[in-house]
Amino acid sequence: MPLTHIHNPAALLQSLKLPLFSSKVSAGFPSAADDFIERSLDLNEFLIKHPASTFFAWAQGESLRDIGIHDGDLLIVDRAAARSQGAVVVAAIDGELTCKILDVRHKKLLSANPDYPPIEVAGREDLLIEGVVVYSIRKHHRA
Amino acid sequence: MIALVDCNACYVSCEQVFRPDLRGKPVIVLSNNDGCIIARSKEARALDIPDLAPYFKLKPLLQKHKVKVFSANFRLYGDISNQVMENLRLFSPSVEQYSIDEMFLSLDHMPGDMNEYALKIKNTLWRHVRMPVGVGIAPSKTLSKLANHAAKKIKNNNVAVLDTAEKWQWLQKRLPVNKVWGIGSKLTRRLEGIGIRSAYELAQADPKWVRRFTSVNVEKTIEELNGQRCIELEEMPEPKKEIFVTRSFAHKIEKLEDLLRHVSRYAVAAAEKLRAQDSYCQTLYVFAHTSRFHENYYANSLVVQLPYPTSDSRTLISFARLAIKQIYRKGCKFNKCGVGLLDLRERRFYQSDLFRPEQSCKSEALMTALDRINYRYGRDTVTIGAEGLTGRWTMKQHRLSPSYTSSWRDLPVVR
Repeated sequence: MPLTHIHNPAALLQSLKLPLFSSKVSAGFPSAADDFIERSLDLNEFLIKHPASTFFAWAQGESLRDIGIHDGDLLIVDRAAARSQGAVVVAAIDGELTCKILDVRHKKLLSANPDYPPIEVAGREDLLIEGVVVYSIRKHHRA
Repeated sequence: MIALVDCNACYVSCEQVFRPDLRGKPVIVLSNNDGCIIARSKEARALDIPDLAPYFKLKPLLQKHKVKVFSANFRLYGDISNQVMENLRLFSPSVEQYSIDEMFLSLDHMPGDMNEYALKIKNTLWRHVRMPVGVGIAPSKTLSKLANHAAKKIKNNNVAVLDTAEKWQWLQKRLPVNKVWGIGSKLTRRLEGIGIRSAYELAQADPKWVRRFTSVNVEKTIEELNGQRCIELEEMPEPKKEIFVTRSFAHKIEKLEDLLRHVSRYAVAAAEKLRAQDSYCQTLYVFAHTSRFHENYYANSLVVQLPYPTSDSRTLISFARLAIKQIYRKGCKFNKCGVGLLDLRERRFYQSDLFRPEQSCKSEALMTALDRINYRYGRDTVTIGAEGLTGRWTMKQHRLSPSYTSSWRDLPVVR
């Protein structure tokens, strides 16, 4: 993740000081405050435990309505996360990416909407769990 | 022991990461400008689609077999490759990324069964990134390359460990000498001239004797083929000694102003790469040519000695423009041009000299700001006037896949 974020590029350009000499000289004492500066909160760090196995996806449709995943939500999907009972997963079914709830005990993929029936996992070669939805992000301010 | 892990048909596998429907299907990827085929899935290879063949010639065959065709999406491949490499780093504290799809891992002092470890690497990469990889493990880099080659031939396994002389000799007897790492076509001919045809014959030859006909590198290769480690892992890759940005044009160019715009863009792209590796360049190389297959073929190039070592896009642009003006000839239909930065040196080793001009501090700061803005807000947020205002790479990319990893709009959709 990038650590150097420029929040206001225009300000940065304006604040460039013209040096007396054209080569850089480092002199003087560093500010004592530098030691106490902590990084600001980084949402990536909070939401993504395994950057090397995580991807983002958009949710489409209402098949997981009753667990609070709605059309247009942003999904954070970790391929490395544990596939435990009840985990919300992204599965490839017949070549299509689908979001379901994993029912390990009954070998089923469940929806959270009565309109979508469960899918039997047993014996289906065309079915593969791609990853686990670790967070879903929903925009509430519809401006 | 050293492992070499490489991605199977890397670019094609990247296209399949977010397209489960395309896994196990014939898929190919085209080079820039949709010119020729640069990657083929196993299924496409089975249809006898040749590597590096011109796309337009094969269109009927590809359509007949319903082969899925993609324009190269290097941004996607770069992102997936980074994830692959990050995952591989979990398996060894000491690694060397050898290319976009290959990494050497030192497995010295690693306890346990090497075959199992190789399988663990392979399975992790599939689970964490959906990247199919081959793993070759052996005592030297050269042998691990051979092991990897063998791994590819083993069905549904893609893992090979060469831990005894018996095993690697068995393999060497079955491989021609040009399959050995570092033995290119020129060396192959030379070795065949002295009667060495197979990898085994090379391994058994007297290193000092072979060296007389080749080089010290081949002597090292022979030692390595016998399990002696001569080539160490390069954990910190050397910065590139030269940087080239060249493109074939989608449409032939006759006007000087168009050529100037292109050469400016290439100079900027090269300068970005130069700054990314924190180097200065002292010599600039500019070339342009018309198509070899048409009448009045014209090609020319110029080498420009820069007044001082620089990484400033503006300086490089102005000299590249001067050069291309010299090269330009009226009436010629140019189909390719390029910019090369030569004679590079690392900035940290640069010594300033009071009596010679040098790149100003202002330049450094401006270029740093430019790079940061373009990194944070996307390529081409801030450009230099000479680059022109239309998209930087106007090339044919009719079959580009979505930017699954780099654009919010293009994220995969899950139903």
